[in-house]
Amino acid sequence: MQAKKRYLILLSAGACLILLFCLGGIQVPLSRRGPSRPHDRRLSGYGPGARWRHMSGYLQPFSSWEQDRSDDLTEHISPRQKRDANSGLYTGKRCRMESCFDFSLCERNGFKVYVYPQQKGEKLSESYQNILSSIEGSRFYTSDPGQACLFVLSLDTLDRDQLSPQYVHNLKAKIQSLPLWNGGKNHIIFNLYSGTWPDYTEDLGFDIGLAMLAKASISTENFRPDFDVSIPLFSKDHPRTGGEKGYLKYNTIPPYRKYMLVFKGKRYLTGIGSDTRNALYHIHNSEDVVLLTTCKHGKDWQKHKDARCNKDNAEYDKYDYREMLYNSTFCLVPRGRRLGSFRFLEALQAACVPVMLSNGWELPFSEIIDWNRAAVIGDERLLLQIPSTVHSIHQDKILSLRQQTQFLWEAYFNSVEKIVLTTLEIIQDRVLLHTSRSNLMWNSLPGGLFTLPQYSTSLRDFPFYYAELGIKPPSKFTAIIHVVTPLVSQSQPVMKLLVAVAKSQYCAQVIVLWNCEKPLPAKHRWPATSVPVTVIEGESKSHLLVFSKSHQVISSRFLPYNTIPTDAVLSLDEDTVLSTTEVDFAFTVWQSFPDRIVGYPARSHFWDSNKERWGYTSKWTNDYSMVLTGAAIYHKYYHDLYTTYLPASLKIMVDQMSNCEDILMNFLVSLVTKLPPIKVTQKKQYKETMMGQSSRASRWADPDHFAQRQTCMNKFASWFGAMPLVHSQMRLDPVLFKDQVSILRKKYRDIERL
Amino acid sequence: MYTSGKYSSRGPALIPRMKTKHRIYYITLFSVVLLGLIATGMFQFWPHSIESTADWTLDKRSVHDAPLIRLPVSSPIPERGDLSCRMHTCFDVYRCGYNPKNRIKVYIYPLQRFVDELGVPISSTGLSREYNDLLSAISDSDFYTDDVTRACLFIPSIDVLNQNSLRIRETAQALAMLPRWDKGMNHLLFNMLPGGPPDYNTALDVPRDRALLAGGGFSTWTYRQGYDVSIPVYSPLSADVDLPERQPGPRHYFILSSQTAIHREYRAELERLKEENGEALLLLDKCSNLSQGAASARKRCYKGQVYDYPQILQESSFCVVLRGARLGQAALSDVLQAGCVPVILADSYILPFSEVLDWKRASVVIPEEKLSEMYTILKSIPHRQVEEMQRQARWFWEAYFSSMKAIGLTTLQIINDRIYPYAARTYEQWNNPPVVKWSSVNSPLFLPLIPPRAPGFTAVVLTYDRVESLFRVITEISKVPSLAKLLVVWNNQNKSPPEGEKKFKCPECTAIDGLSLDQTHMVERSECINKFASVFGTMPLKVVEHRADPVLYKDDFPEKLKSFPNIGSL
Repeated sequence: MQAKKRYLILLSAGACLILLFCLGGIQVPLSRRGPSRPHDRRLSGYGPGARWRHMSGYLQPFSSWEQDRSDDLTEHISPRQKRDANSGLYTGKRCRMESCFDFSLCERNGFKVYVYPQQKGEKLSESYQNILSSIEGSRFYTSDPGQACLFVLSLDTLDRDQLSPQYVHNLKAKIQSLPLWNGGKNHIIFNLYSGTWPDYTEDLGFDIGLAMLAKASISTENFRPDFDVSIPLFSKDHPRTGGEKGYLKYNTIPPYRKYMLVFKGKRYLTGIGSDTRNALYHIHNSEDVVLLTTCKHGKDWQKHKDARCNKDNAEYDKYDYREMLYNSTFCLVPRGRRLGSFRFLEALQAACVPVMLSNGWELPFSEIIDWNRAAVIGDERLLLQIPSTVHSIHQDKILSLRQQTQFLWEAYFNSVEKIVLTTLEIIQDRVLLHTSRSNLMWNSLPGGLFTLPQYSTSLRDFPFYYAELGIKPPSKFTAIIHVVTPLVSQSQPVMKLLVAVAKSQYCAQVIVLWNCEKPLPAKHRWPATSVPVTVIEGESKSHLLVFSKSHQVISSRFLPYNTIPTDAVLSLDEDTVLSTTEVDFAFTVWQSFPDRIVGYPARSHFWDSNKERWGYTSKWTNDYSMVLTGAAIYHKYYHDLYTTYLPASLKIMVDQMSNCEDILMNFLVSLVTKLPPIKVTQKKQYKETMMGQSSRASRWADPDHFAQRQTCMNKFASWFGAMPLVHSQMRLDPVLFKDQVSILRKKYRDIERL
Repeated sequence: MYTSGKYSSRGPALIPRMKTKHRIYYITLFSVVLLGLIATGMFQFWPHSIESTADWTLDKRSVHDAPLIRLPVSSPIPERGDLSCRMHTCFDVYRCGYNPKNRIKVYIYPLQRFVDELGVPISSTGLSREYNDLLSAISDSDFYTDDVTRACLFIPSIDVLNQNSLRIRETAQALAMLPRWDKGMNHLLFNMLPGGPPDYNTALDVPRDRALLAGGGFSTWTYRQGYDVSIPVYSPLSADVDLPERQPGPRHYFILSSQTAIHREYRAELERLKEENGEALLLLDKCSNLSQGAASARKRCYKGQVYDYPQILQESSFCVVLRGARLGQAALSDVLQAGCVPVILADSYILPFSEVLDWKRASVVIPEEKLSEMYTILKSIPHRQVEEMQRQARWFWEAYFSSMKAIGLTTLQIINDRIYPYAARTYEQWNNPPVVKWSSVNSPLFLPLIPPRAPGFTAVVLTYDRVESLFRVITEISKVPSLAKLLVVWNNQNKSPPEGEKKFKCPECTAIDGLSLDQTHMVERSECINKFASVFGTMPLKVVEHRADPVLYKDDFPEKLKSFPNIGSL
């Protein structure tokens, strides 16, 4: 009976449990769908706080096809009339390209910029002078207003603060009297400062009409999207060209610096823009977050002095601004009287990630720069959250933000010229809408100024995005042989070269560039090859006839011929000696470095401190910074860049001398990549011919040749504003090169054979 | 108890020495237990659909059951949208606050039916199918909260997708009646068809105070950059038609125009283009012989020849999307779905999601004035790029256009990115199609830097117990001028490292017997490579045939003049 009792109790208990479960069972599965609030069902889902659920029952679609169509059909006004109406309707603060810009002026001659001649007695500030000369030195410049698409005043509009000594009076009258002003249509006005104490409005003090504004510290409220350009505030010491490099020399991991967040600046106590700076002390902790303010500014700061001033001022003097700037991970960039400040560019250059606290500031070049990649955009209202926000940013992100500051600094900000060119390119992208740069071109290396959409709008066609797009570099090249001497015998080196190159498994085509005064030889005189050989005559420029004996110009070897079918170009001099193996190997190396020049003869530059100038050397040295284009592989895009990007003055100089075109190309490619070219190993015999320069024709025999190259170096460096060439100590050899293994195991064994 | 006769026959065997009275008692108990078990099982393991059914029966949620709200004539009307509104002026960021997930919380108002004093509804359609889908998708997402006090963003359940079906004034009054309206702060309205005849404003005409507008068809004059969100006009064909993705490549036609209500000025222009370029262009119009209705939306005609729409879009490389009365056109969605590159001719139109999407990679924008040059412009685009655009167009549709859910969640993500910009999705995340995301290589050290020699390098030497060779390595390496630090990792738990050296213990490291070049070692390493490649999902290693040597390596040159002499000599 004991067992029976036990069963009974056990079973009853079990039954009760299950029954309970059963009753509660309805709720258990439901509760798995997230929080179910008790009032949820009570209010049948229609009261406040009820969970939204999908509605049952038949519902109509939001639009029916017939109705959409009838809407479109009821449009009686002609679209053309509508467009014309826009231009009358949307002016002033509502100006857009569509309504305030005359596109037709840009159609005939492309995007050309005219600068008004400077009027007598009109003083220009140094900064404005720099802006104008940057435009005049650019490829967009035209001196003929009839050709121009965009007009730039030679009246200084940079400083419109009435209290400033730079302020130009009577600007309104002066502008109205300009014959080409045309209500400001197709004009761009540069401005750094506007308004004055106490409210610092963004009014320029004259009627800008239909002109575009390229303005610093512009607010989103006044910024006319796709019409104005927000530019950074820069000081009068900002270099015109060249520009300083970024501060970052190498990456550190973990990426933290001594301070997490710093700021050192004035506190205004009263008036516009003072709130944020006055509140900074709340998050200052004198350890990793160091935010220092001083009350000392202006003559009567003592009058407004508050209780914290003395303490703040004392703390302020303890720290050095530069020391903090270079040793902090983040730099606070709060608004001042105006929205922008010099601090922004300083932080950018110092690789100190800017933390923006300037609500409503349309950041510089916001139309094209993705600032989230290089800065932390804070909200003045959430100042107290800033420390936790910057602490929450992951190391990887900091590393990437920091590198991006450096890229942007060097690509768009480090000289007046860059700022001006970026402004012009942005406008050009709007004018030539369907050939404009994509966001990726602007925001990744080498940046928008070096990616010309006129070459192609496809990312694939440039040498910079293979990894980004996850695609392989091209598998074929086109050889271009530059011929200057007439064809006399079949045993000429150029014949051997042509055959050797054409035999390469990667060769798609051979182009012979006939830059010789003698007429083209008959077709049958060229050797038979498995790949097509085309002969094109080099371009001769009439303007050079006066200066040069040769009718053909040397720069024509870098013209963007549309007969080049591949992205890779193997550029060759007629006297180059190369074997098929060498070409094959060099090409496989290039595939790993498609944005650089890969080739054989290497040269170096050095700073000659005695003469205070750059020197050029062809001696065997332990390093090199140039690879001559007499035997080199590079991307076809550089032909386009050479022809389009470089100023006519440099190209004319090269053509007059028939020299230095290879140096110029090296300057250009290193400027773009910030990296040295790549030398690959070569057969001994080739080197000797190079050294002895035995077979070199006129060009190399000329004793002036070498001296000219020294001159070129210095001319180029001065135009570039800096020396872009970078030294390398590395040569790339085939993996088993000269190793103690059987030569049969080596794929590129011919390179070792003498 | 007759039904349990089966059990009664077994009873004696189970519980011997039991009386009949007890037996019945137990049987009843067992039955109850069994029933209970079955019932529990039903609720626990039944497919989830039953839950919602249970839910519906419980709630009876239907549009018709929503409470009726009568709007007094004198009910306040919000102010017209303020064109100067920006996030920092018209949006209350404190509601969103700091949150570790960096995700905004979105509240949806419960459904109500608004009628005026005469009982006439404010909208002719009420809640539309699409808006219902949109709100449901949001309520199922991570953004959703049903706690109104925690919400950062509020979405009214008043459907304003199509202005045509709205009574403007009454709708505005209804908005103002929402309990948390507060001048429209942090409220988000979705509208796809703005404006009405004859002018067709490019933004919703309903006065809405400071509310954010997710609008289809904004022009640059109505769009408040950084505040509003430009969204696509949803095409119902997205859900109805299954167009499998086609491989990018050349198509039968070069340019296709399929819109049916094109202004005659533009149609004439297109006809002229067709005359000049012939077969490359296909200009379709509505079929005159077909009756109106849903079916006619799926057909297009050219000179009596009937084509299936949107299937025909897949036969062309480029598809024209021209402005109509409105700037935003549902045709854009169809064109993208077909993987046809849209040629957009709608001056001043703010493209959908233009704040984050790089339309230059998926479309061609041509000013309306240049319609006549369209053919020449498109011909100048390289083939490779056309293919890229075709792929990109299709991916945009899949990710951001294909459903009301996609449109709604993208809108919320864009607003989320503005509020937490430091945690925003990147350009690559928004714009790279999966195939690119998988294969692209983004080096974390992307800046070309040539570091100075000064900081030198740190040598890390891993050792087990071969002290002698360790010392040899240390001696050799410490001769290198640029060595900044030497770190020895002692990888032997059974022995302590020799005296005089700094200790470094690595408890996780397992002891490996002296490395050897034997066969098993190589096999193991091959297995590792296969394992790694399968985990990575791809083989990230690349083969190259070159090696870096010093410039004068093995050159016939005096060794003492070389920077790195004697390399490679044994």
